[in-house]
Amino acid sequence: MTHLSSAGAAGIYHYDETDRRFLADRVEQFRRQVARRLSGALTEDEFKPIRLMNGLYLQLHAYMLRIAVPYGVLSSDQMRGLAAIGRRYDRGYGHFTTRQNLQFNWIKLVDVPQILADLAAIDMHAIQTSGNCIRNVTTDQFAGAVADEIVDPRVYAEILRQWSTLHPEFSFLPRKFKIAITGSDHDRAAIAIHDIGIRARRGAGGAVGFEILVGGGLGRSPFLGRRLADWVPEPDLLAYLEAILRIYNQYGRRDNIYKARIKILVHEVGVDRLREQIAAEFERIRGPHYRLDAGIVDAIRSHFAPPPFATLPAVSTALDQARREDPAFARWARSNLTPHQQPGYAAVTLSLKPTGGIPGDATSDQMEAVAALADRYSFGEIRVSHEQNLVLAHVRQDDLPALWRDLGPHGLDTANAGLVGDIISCPGLDYCALANARSIPLAQEISRRFADLDRQHRIGELKIKMSGCINACGHHHVGHIGILGVDKHGVETYQITIGGDATETAALGQVVGPAVGYDRVTDVVESLIALYLERRTDGERFIDTVARIGVGPFKEKVYGAAA
Amino acid sequence: MALLLKDGLPVEDPWISLDDAVEAIPDGPVIVSLDRWRRDRAVLVARNSPVGVRLKSSQRTGEIAPDLDRVALVALEFPKFRDGRAFSTARELRERYGYTGEIRAVGHTLPDQYQFLIRTGFSTVAVPDGANLATWQHALTEIGVAYQAGVAGDTPLSLLRRKVHLAAAPHPQGD
Ligand code: SF4
Repeated sequence: MTHLSSAGAAGIYHYDETDRRFLADRVEQFRRQVARRLSGALTEDEFKPIRLMNGLYLQLHAYMLRIAVPYGVLSSDQMRGLAAIGRRYDRGYGHFTTRQNLQFNWIKLVDVPQILADLAAIDMHAIQTSGNCIRNVTTDQFAGAVADEIVDPRVYAEILRQWSTLHPEFSFLPRKFKIAITGSDHDRAAIAIHDIGIRARRGAGGAVGFEILVGGGLGRSPFLGRRLADWVPEPDLLAYLEAILRIYNQYGRRDNIYKARIKILVHEVGVDRLREQIAAEFERIRGPHYRLDAGIVDAIRSHFAPPPFATLPAVSTALDQARREDPAFARWARSNLTPHQQPGYAAVTLSLKPTGGIPGDATSDQMEAVAALADRYSFGEIRVSHEQNLVLAHVRQDDLPALWRDLGPHGLDTANAGLVGDIISCPGLDYCALANARSIPLAQEISRRFADLDRQHRIGELKIKMSGCINACGHHHVGHIGILGVDKHGVETYQITIGGDATETAALGQVVGPAVGYDRVTDVVESLIALYLERRTDGERFIDTVARIGVGPFKEKVYGAAA
Repeated sequence: MALLLKDGLPVEDPWISLDDAVEAIPDGPVIVSLDRWRRDRAVLVARNSPVGVRLKSSQRTGEIAPDLDRVALVALEFPKFRDGRAFSTARELRERYGYTGEIRAVGHTLPDQYQFLIRTGFSTVAVPDGANLATWQHALTEIGVAYQAGVAGDTPLSLLRRKVHLAAAPHPQGD
């Protein structure tokens, strides 16, 4: 193929010597910290936030190391490096998370300094993937590719990544702090459920500015973000965020871990008063010290220049022909492709949700296969989506049939992106010390019940999201169908909600009825879908039908039948 | 008696930290709580010795702002190293109020926070008795690059990056 040589040409922020020096310093610092912990100079209480700021959690069975994938973008070399780490230090696989990161679940503390050194060799780290600091900034998995994009959010996600890295003032916040940014009207980054949600837009003359939401978050007290500002001009982005964080750092609650997120401050103070306080702080600090200079934005933007696209016709005859000739390919093309900015290209979702599989898991072999396919078909670049899939963002439509054939042997060709089988699930009781209930086995069971992909396609867009406890790592509140594990007198039960939405029409799901036992959940999901199929009108998605007819009929279907 | 670190080096502490329960005010520089300052301000100012005021982590800069020109030192308490409010307080004292006196971290801090302390405007740290000073001194040199502007101890490199130089840097606020 003639475009083989363009591997590695996609827009990725490439580290220079300064970034590498920083990372080397950081690895060395952690080595010393581990040594101090092992010598007893640091208590576990004191070591805990330090290891958390380096992504190291203590789980049920072992340490878990969470590696930052900045805004979900990886080079193929980085993916190969991650595969090697999974093979050497874990059990030959890793787990992609709803924060676009990668977790290894079976890590030994003594190996961690070396793993961090191995990561540094591929310009990666685990900084701020946990702890009460600003976490990895997330964005649209199709950034820089998708047809409906207004502003490329990667540029600002990278700026925010840098700005928030070891921030001297904001590394000991009341609680963790998550920022997501989108650059399209259609929000694929779920900005309304983040502590700060940013929508990049364009104003007069094409100038970039930002709409800012604050106080979104799920967990015990779910809230959708409230609008804090309609338009923050680009040069003021960092000053405005500094103002928000400073108010939060000073006034966020520290007396109760469940009330410490900024959403509670927004709720208790009120968004209007908070906006005034933030605006006053912003006016005070606005100025050269915190200004984001256009020159810096341009320099960072240059890292994300479009790859060397070929000039192609908008319609690919090879793609059309394959669609006509092979129904299985046509089915995959229907669910797993997203329209591209560049004529003749498409963004491709590689499903990490094979029937009966563990959502988000990928073996080292699969990671290496994806790296090779990225080199061959997508300029050597890979994305992780918050829906726990992988994306090749820039594939020639002419190459899609070949890519699809290459994906098959690796189990990466499941035609279910955005459908029933594309379940988001947290690790649940199988790994997580906080879980009330299993989530992975349940996700596997639902996925097996709907193994018939044609059936999934007939049902259409339907996002099931599942969490093993109220911490909501699986975003169940914003699932079209949300499933939450609760502990009822020591018995695993599940509360089911419908109508949740994580996009620009964000909504929290409503409870359908009393929680049900593990064995009933899949049947309930099936009943909900059956009612939807009975009642839907043309073109209506599951959540549209819920919005139109309300929860009542669904409740009756589920509990009427049971009674 | 805790040692103090200034630019990474231990220094003599001329200050006496006064307990609220002790009525008598000794000669020489004293640090008092904000409550005590409010109660005994006239007496304290009349002494002709420097006065420092200690803020709890819940007390904001606004409470001491009008008095800053009479206060030679502000001590900010860390009840727990995890309570990061004082990082903002120090920064506000420097940037918003232009305070040029000594800002001292007291209470529970870790060497791993030392760079953050200096970069948000602290001048000195009261470290616990028995602390390993070598660890504290080394902490200042551990990370040589920062990605955002601090109050002190860094100079621009390129993009958002800044070169951090803390150990040998004279304190720019000139206390
Ligand atoms: S939602 Fe609960 S069970 Fe699931 S990963 Fe988060 S804390 Fe663990």
